[in-house]
Amino acid sequence: MKTLEKENQTEELFKRKNKNLLSVYYTAGYPALNDTVRIGQWLAQAGADMIEIGIPFSDPVADGPVIQESSKVALENGMTLNLLLEQVGELRSGVKIPIVLMGYINPILQMGVASFCERAAHAGVDAVIIPDLPLLEYQESYQGIFESWGIKNIFMVTPTTSEERIRAIDDSSSAFIYVVSSSGTTGARKDFSGEQIDYLNRLKQMKLKNPWLVGFGVSNKTTFSTICDYSAGAIVGSAFIAMLKNSNNFSADIPNFVQSIKAKS
Amino acid sequence: MKYQVDERGYYGRFGGAFIPEMLYPNVEALRTTYLSIIESTAFQNEMDDLLKNFVGRPTPLYFASRLSDQLKAKIYLKREDLCHTGAHKVNNTVGQIILARHMGKSKIIAETGAGQHGVATATVCALMGMECLVYMGKLDMERQKPNVERMRILGAKVVPALSGSMTLKDATNEAMRHWISHPKDTHYIIGSVVGPHPYPDMVARFQSVISKEIRSQLIAEQGNPFPDHVVACIGGGSNAAGAFYHFMDEPHVHLVGVEAAGKGIDSGESAATTALGKPGVLHGSKTLLMQTADGQVIEPYSISAGLDYPGIGPLHAHLLDVGRVQFVSATDDEAMQAGIALSRLEGIIPAIESAHAIAGLSKMNYDEDDVIVINLSGRGDKDLDTYIRYGNY
Repeated sequence: MKTLEKENQTEELFKRKNKNLLSVYYTAGYPALNDTVRIGQWLAQAGADMIEIGIPFSDPVADGPVIQESSKVALENGMTLNLLLEQVGELRSGVKIPIVLMGYINPILQMGVASFCERAAHAGVDAVIIPDLPLLEYQESYQGIFESWGIKNIFMVTPTTSEERIRAIDDSSSAFIYVVSSSGTTGARKDFSGEQIDYLNRLKQMKLKNPWLVGFGVSNKTTFSTICDYSAGAIVGSAFIAMLKNSNNFSADIPNFVQSIKAKS
Repeated sequence: MKYQVDERGYYGRFGGAFIPEMLYPNVEALRTTYLSIIESTAFQNEMDDLLKNFVGRPTPLYFASRLSDQLKAKIYLKREDLCHTGAHKVNNTVGQIILARHMGKSKIIAETGAGQHGVATATVCALMGMECLVYMGKLDMERQKPNVERMRILGAKVVPALSGSMTLKDATNEAMRHWISHPKDTHYIIGSVVGPHPYPDMVARFQSVISKEIRSQLIAEQGNPFPDHVVACIGGGSNAAGAFYHFMDEPHVHLVGVEAAGKGIDSGESAATTALGKPGVLHGSKTLLMQTADGQVIEPYSISAGLDYPGIGPLHAHLLDVGRVQFVSATDDEAMQAGIALSRLEGIIPAIESAHAIAGLSKMNYDEDDVIVINLSGRGDKDLDTYIRYGNY
């Protein structure tokens, strides 16, 4: 076992708390190259339960316009996976909550999956979400490497995922499942339709082994609290990035953003 | 057959289906049904009828005597430029639209670079009365205006892709995003042998009619089905896959793929993927890909919008791996001069993509009595502006 002998923070989190979790996504190297660390620090201080850091990629097919734009800017700023892992290491030294990396498979393949896992484990990464690495490819080629470094791989389910496949994903998951709220790319939606509520109900009734967080389209207190009636919590991404784009004062705006979503009505 | 895709969707170490979960049900439905549908009698009868009466197949295998004299070989041109809509692309769109209807889909999306695949898709959608949305890079829309208008006349909606460099790669990204958002009623007609399994195999099968016809036409010409060489240009690689398909298991037939070197392989402005690429994942498959050391996809360049793609189909990456296909490249200049030469010698103005295949002859070894089949994948009407700007004629 190569695992660094310490508890995975995602597991630790779900042991401690399984309701109203807020995970916030932002793109590494955006708005400025060296913002990655301080944004994460502010999020942790403001009470976010988990941090998801996006690995920018030139061709993010599962992302909507806001995250596409942030990835483009981050790459123009000079962000690389190498630098990102260094920044995560720095962030981890002052932050206890789970750190999850989210990105497409190609930059990871170029670094080499084994080398990526080793470096990510040393930097303090707890889990990864790789939207274009499907379950079967993961199991056949990479599962052993990720597990040997103690890095959880988070899979997605969507409104069109069959019940049989949801069960298979649940069986192969640890930590949590990423539930995509509706058919579409990342980005804010106005509210949640009856169809989506039916889908969340269906998931709830399946009594999955793993806790699940809902992402795509969660942008404010209303959508967050709706989601939390069904799930362990929610992931906010595009709305946070849109806020960062217009912010001149992270130290005030990031806590305000987190509070505006989590505050009890 | 030796070079077929395996049950996991791989050609050797290339291929697979690297897709977000949102696309899994669609791609899985295709994977589990495409073979039984396209091998059914009903499908084949409809396909044969449309290829003959709508597309105008078989296309001629034309002996180019003056070109042969000049280049000192026996050169035949497979006249895909005479297909309805002006290129081989329609072989695939006819197949996929019949398939889409069998699968109960009512809407079609496609990506296009130069506009040939977009026009071929808009054409079959008009034929079948299906709604058609074509994503095209904003830059390509400006460069290829006549094809944009052709699609609109045919009733398609052309949507500009505004992300990235606003060319083919970005149009493909946008088409995938649309499919992610509309998974139930929509079929995505990919135009080349790229994308997640089963697309590369499916598109290769639909294009394989090219080499099937070459074989029977050569029997009539020379008494046996085998040329010494088959030459085709490669962007994603659909016309090459079709031209090579029924010769892949005949090791004595030399197969040559000609990539676009742009301004030269080492100029920083090129699309020669086999020379410049490394294994990577883009648009759903693992293949050779032009990319930075950090795994970001590099924007390719070629004078030909149809070869301007940073990858090649996984089948071709595998054929390179095992040494079955020789890959060469031709620069913008070499292709333009070959296009003008063919126009003067044979009265055929080729698409600039296909002109690369002709230019490839000077990069390979052959004897004077060798039979060479060049796949003339498209006609040059869409490229008149580029020919005019190039001058030198």
